[in-house]
Amino acid sequence: MNKFMALDGNGAVAEAMRQINPDVVPAYPITPSTAIPQAFAQYMADGVVDTEFVPVESEHSAMSACIGASAAGGRVMTATSANGLALMWEMLYIAASYRLPIVMADVSRALSGPVNIHCDHSDSMGARDTGWIHLFSETAQEAYENTLQAVRIGEHMDVRLPVMVMQDGFITSHTMERVTIYDDASVKTFIGSYTPYYPLLDIDHPVTYGPLDLTDYYFEHKRAQIEGMRNAKHVILDVGAEFGRTFGRTYGLFDTYQMDDADVAIVVMASTAGTARYAMNALRARGVRAGLIKPRVFRPFPAQELCDALRNVKAVAVMDRSVSFGAMNNGGPLWLEMLAAAQLHKLHIPIVDYVYGLGGREIKPSQIENVYQDLATIAETGEFAQPVTYLGVRGEEDHQSAVQGALLAA
Amino acid sequence: MSNNETRWQDLPLGGVIPTPGNAVEYDTGGWRAFRPVINWEKTPTQKACSRCLTCWLYCPESAMLVVEGEFKGVDLDHCKGCGICVQVCPSRCITMFPESQFAAQGEGREGQPAEATR
Repeated sequence: MNKFMALDGNGAVAEAMRQINPDVVPAYPITPSTAIPQAFAQYMADGVVDTEFVPVESEHSAMSACIGASAAGGRVMTATSANGLALMWEMLYIAASYRLPIVMADVSRALSGPVNIHCDHSDSMGARDTGWIHLFSETAQEAYENTLQAVRIGEHMDVRLPVMVMQDGFITSHTMERVTIYDDASVKTFIGSYTPYYPLLDIDHPVTYGPLDLTDYYFEHKRAQIEGMRNAKHVILDVGAEFGRTFGRTYGLFDTYQMDDADVAIVVMASTAGTARYAMNALRARGVRAGLIKPRVFRPFPAQELCDALRNVKAVAVMDRSVSFGAMNNGGPLWLEMLAAAQLHKLHIPIVDYVYGLGGREIKPSQIENVYQDLATIAETGEFAQPVTYLGVRGEEDHQSAVQGALLAA
Repeated sequence: MSNNETRWQDLPLGGVIPTPGNAVEYDTGGWRAFRPVINWEKTPTQKACSRCLTCWLYCPESAMLVVEGEFKGVDLDHCKGCGICVQVCPSRCITMFPESQFAAQGEGREGQPAEATR
């Protein structure tokens, strides 16, 4: 039977891990994800899981141990954040290249420096080209459910790629929610058993992982890896639909909110989508036809589907909780990807970027209301003052008026 | 790029090599700069090989050939010329010679270096 538990995001992921009962969990603690391996270690101490827990000396070692255990044939999970994810860097690529379906919780946190332990998406966004599937969660409930689905997605033979499941550091990871935990038996059935692909521990059939590839076959192996990522899209949809049939909550590539009659829309991931819905309700009450899209899947990027969902609006604001330094207009990665998608899929509307919330800077409903107000003006005029706005930064308004003043004087 | 025509669709996932023992198909003898030469007959200055197989035990490439219990010398298709056999030989009967001295004899055959340059 389902039960309702008071859990924060970390606790919800730990519950998912308890139900998945992976073979191996190598982990190294880092704020704000520490509570995940901590809670899981307690499950081990209590004997409710059969997992081999490997306490390692760094995140590089954690991911290395994940790779070894996964190649050996185990179902493997871990958790990290920020600089921990950064320290895993080279191993992230290797995990994906070896097609090992490791599932990792990434509790989003800003990268140093200066030192910051609070939420933004610069950790996983930096890892967006590593070959991992990226799922973003708004709530503890979604973090729990994404983690369960991640196992199925990554292990599907058409995919065989590692999956990272994001939730917002502290905002989601440390906020207590009422979370529905599905009964263990149903989850076990949904997850299914794991059939490893050429496991190293099958000593009757010895295999080699990670041989020298060089100019000869590296390119073909990368091409095959691309195909796994392409297949991931329909597998994510299939697993999301099956999850809905089993547990009642269907998952897609993104969520839409009041898009049917929307004139303008915000595209924003993770916990800020909740803040945006709150702001939208006030705007809707005043007659502003505001819509929202909350991408759940960032890799593989659902370009065509997002463009189709935005086909009837007149202006779009992407909200990025990270910045791609030196990229076009120093915008955020979600915006850059969205612009590229619009070009390819002939979505000819203004798409502007709002970089917000770096290092856990609070984002208020009033700020999001202002974004919708800006959008209304952009939709009306087809013009915008600047493509990228840094939201809630002290000094930014002065800077912008100085820039506008200089433009007017010229 | 080799002449192998296997397509990306037909490769095992992740670059896994699912068949063991295929390193023998890859000739690494061409990497060698120095060639180990075993002294089979006793000379005034050097002992002969006693067939103790210490080199066979230590060779990291398994390039010391033993066929039906008999020591046959160096597998030059796979010997990379590391010289470990020279270091471990209790009879001190293995000597390294520059590969250039064998150029005229062609690759892959064991032999003595050309007399003129010895």
